[in-house]
Amino acid sequence: MNANRLPATEKKHYDWVPILLYVGIVLFGWLNIYAACYDEYHAQVFDFSRQHGKQLLWMGIAFVMAVCVLLIHPRVFSNGSYIIYGVVLLLLVATLFIGTVTNGGQSWINFGAFKLQPSEFAKFATALALAKYISAIDIDLTLPRTRLTLALIVLVPAGLIFLQHDTGSALVFLAFLLPFFREGLSHYILLIGLLAIVLFISALLINKFLLMGILLAICLLYLFVWLSKRTSKNYWHTAIFFVVCSLFTLSVDFTFDNVLETHQRNRIYVLLGKVEDPRGVGYNVNQAKIAIGSGGLVGKGFLNGTITKADFVPEQETDFIFCTVGEEWGFVGSLLLIAAYVWLLVHLITMAERQRSVFSRFYGYCVASILFFHFAVNIGMVLGLVPVIGIPLPFFSYGGSSLIAFTLLLFIFIRQDADRNALI
Amino acid sequence: MSNKYTHRSGIVKIIFLAVGVIFVLRLSMLQLFDKEYKEKAKSQSLRNITQYPARGLMYDRNGNLLVYNEAVYDLMVIPRMVKDLDTAFFCRSVGITREDFLARMEKAYTYSPYSASIFLKQISKEDFGRWENVLYKFKGFYISKRTLRIYDRPIAAHVLGYVGEVNEHDLETNPYYKRGDYIGKSGLEASYEEQLRGVKGKKIMQVDVHNREIGPYLHGQMDTMPMEGMNLYTTIDADLQEYAEKVMANKRGCIVAIEPSTGEVLTLLSAPCYDPNLLVGRIRGENFKKLNSDISKPLFNRALQAQYPPGSIFKVAQAMIALHLGVITPQTGFVCDKVIGCHNHPSARSVQEAIKMSCNPYFYYTYRRVIQQGKYKNIYKDSQYGLTVWHDYMTRFGFGYRLPIDLPNVKKGNIPDTAFYNKWYGRERWAFTTIYSNSIGQGEVEVVPLQMANLACIVANRGYFYTPHLVRFYGPDSIRPPEFYEKHETGIEREYFDIAARGMYDVVHGAGGTAHKADIPDIDVCGKTGTAENYGNDHSVFIAFAPKENPKIAVAVYVENAQGGGGTWAAPIASLIIEKYIRGEVKRKDVEKYYTEINPCQKLPLTRRIKKPRKR
Repeated sequence: MNANRLPATEKKHYDWVPILLYVGIVLFGWLNIYAACYDEYHAQVFDFSRQHGKQLLWMGIAFVMAVCVLLIHPRVFSNGSYIIYGVVLLLLVATLFIGTVTNGGQSWINFGAFKLQPSEFAKFATALALAKYISAIDIDLTLPRTRLTLALIVLVPAGLIFLQHDTGSALVFLAFLLPFFREGLSHYILLIGLLAIVLFISALLINKFLLMGILLAICLLYLFVWLSKRTSKNYWHTAIFFVVCSLFTLSVDFTFDNVLETHQRNRIYVLLGKVEDPRGVGYNVNQAKIAIGSGGLVGKGFLNGTITKADFVPEQETDFIFCTVGEEWGFVGSLLLIAAYVWLLVHLITMAERQRSVFSRFYGYCVASILFFHFAVNIGMVLGLVPVIGIPLPFFSYGGSSLIAFTLLLFIFIRQDADRNALI
Repeated sequence: MSNKYTHRSGIVKIIFLAVGVIFVLRLSMLQLFDKEYKEKAKSQSLRNITQYPARGLMYDRNGNLLVYNEAVYDLMVIPRMVKDLDTAFFCRSVGITREDFLARMEKAYTYSPYSASIFLKQISKEDFGRWENVLYKFKGFYISKRTLRIYDRPIAAHVLGYVGEVNEHDLETNPYYKRGDYIGKSGLEASYEEQLRGVKGKKIMQVDVHNREIGPYLHGQMDTMPMEGMNLYTTIDADLQEYAEKVMANKRGCIVAIEPSTGEVLTLLSAPCYDPNLLVGRIRGENFKKLNSDISKPLFNRALQAQYPPGSIFKVAQAMIALHLGVITPQTGFVCDKVIGCHNHPSARSVQEAIKMSCNPYFYYTYRRVIQQGKYKNIYKDSQYGLTVWHDYMTRFGFGYRLPIDLPNVKKGNIPDTAFYNKWYGRERWAFTTIYSNSIGQGEVEVVPLQMANLACIVANRGYFYTPHLVRFYGPDSIRPPEFYEKHETGIEREYFDIAARGMYDVVHGAGGTAHKADIPDIDVCGKTGTAENYGNDHSVFIAFAPKENPKIAVAVYVENAQGGGGTWAAPIASLIIEKYIRGEVKRKDVEKYYTEINPCQKLPLTRRIKKPRKR
């Protein structure tokens, strides 16, 4: 996999695997965007009034930027981390004031004919800033102050995006838990997160007191069956665990009813099957399932999708683009696309682990985690496994800002990786 | 470079892989195992557009068009897509009231807000033309083209039948039909439904989320073209039919005229007639209700469905069977001893005279010889034997079963057999004296007018008939239904039928004949009068054929509840039909005028008449 096609005399060792996977995914994505907005009157490939035409333009810009990034010295990014981060924060703040509102989210800034979505760039800017901060020589991750700073670096942009009512993009910042986990964050954090999700869903599905009974039973089993010797510390911990879990369970209703917005509640209900409303709140997911399910083993063929072509699936060029893959390319096409993503993600981790600098490694993990979060949530949502959260499929969905931002995110890391043997 | 958490890279990779595997499993569930989504996708993104073939046309025997199609328009609506509608303008344009509009919308909405339903049915070309240019303003409405049957002349309603929407039964028994399709409900429309309807075509269009068509599915590979319905070339003579209907216009009764040499029905009507155009299109429901509740029963096809005792006409068949069995000879005479009631006339000295004078006692004795042939000493057994033989021959005359004419709902009449009487009276508990009424066409014998006309054909042909039918051939290949070219022999000698023909000639021409009013100068009409007893006044019945040699037409005429016997009303009317057909016009204008204008039928509702024995 380490296809090193450049002469050894060159110091750069570009890894071609992510580059080729990237190019493949982008091109396949464009084909599907073309199919999604295809109709007989707009079959022209270079029709810049249509989304497939615009996407060609974005792709051109992204490719040029990718090449530029590969040619720039990597230190430009590591040194410029805070500057980039600062600029993006400013843009995010500016968006709150001068942004345009689309689909209920105030995430875009107009630059003449083009619209910029700063939240897309916030991800890689945050990744750079975190990597920069964590790679400082005198860093001590055990210090609460350090941890607080790191948390702030993540939470400030996330909060600003949240204020734009773009909950999906804000949630993406959860992805930074993975790099922290790699750098030593207690695995309890992940487990607690997982437990919280399980409890949350269970509390919505079954009677809360039954759930508390089950929790109590588990705690008692743990104390009296699992543990061979019981100390008072054990008793205390178990008791605290039970109380916290019970309180959490009891608070679910309140959180659900007062913190979440109606459409978010509905999306969760639809996912859990508590609401059957294929014409209303469940429409998107139902149509997505129909589109994908009707694709069968090999799909209906390019441009032959009846559901996606006929606009049954809303947002089909952007967040629901995977429907087109499922319908027109079938199980085989979808499988290949998923395999490509998983390959890319796993390979990025492998790449990150071979970095000598903490900056590169941490940044690599950030790249993989952000891409993974998007991949998992987007396809999970289209397949009806995750509540509908409007975030794009990286490199694949229509959208200039997201394509360019993801390209920068990935290629900065590829550039770092190319210099992995050089001393920084 | 590694540190003590390097192993966690493995955990991260496993998480990535696990999510990938979960997705693939979920995909395989959706795409490979669950068929539900494929069905849903088809039903919501494809619109099957039925392409209706034009229904076959019908022509009369001379190539005159009887039935053709005219385009009408159904206004369709998809309630969810109705937007920015100026209701007042819409109602004014389409010509409905606001209440009507609301009711129709409500109905369509209840059926389905998302799919199309018929808003307004069968709008004529003229009406549609008036607001066609503003249709584009009515979002959510569109036009679907249909055809309606149009009858060139308002005749032969009972023969042609009518077309209507399929009912639940049709939908259940025949998968060809879909809700809203049209099907032949009666007459030839029903009998030749499969030929007339053609084969529906199918166009599959892809529709988008707004139910707009966005192009043919798979470039039209799955589409099929409709096959036009076949034309029917009927045996009806439209001019004769029209004439007969005009004569019967103010009366109740029926006329069946057949070309004896082929069995082709020239005219078949049941009076009162109605204009077939009444049962077409939007006006159908209302008119149907009206016709259906009419006391004179215009929808009842008397020619095929009214079962009456045949009366004296039956004597012709009785004589033929007796002669054939050898129980009498052409010269056999019986004294008119009034053993059963009769009118005053000299005793018949031969079969020919007996037919002419319609002597009741003569046929009483004749029938006794048929039923009690002396084969068994036991008169009960003897009667059983005789009745069986008699029943067998009567069946060969086309009596007692449904003549397989190509019209639906034909009644079979009744020719009683031994089983019938055994059931009625008990085994060996009946003999000739029990059933003698049959001899003069009363008692348990019943026939439909079609069978009477067929009897005239048999005598005209001197012993055989072709199943009466209304279609000569159909379709571009001129397919002739083979069953109509099959000769049905009675098995009785031709010479006896010559006697019958002479007797029937005498009925019209001879001294003491009962139907001199059927006489037409220069045309040898042979006929037989009859009286069909029933509730109310007797029906006046006459069968005839003409000319005597090489007959061109055989006819049966029934005039309901017309006191005066067959010779008074049915005979002259039959003569008009015969003259019209053979000559092309009726020269006896005074006769024509008189019998066209007069209405001898007893007024409805009927009150029971006190019966007087009077059989002629």
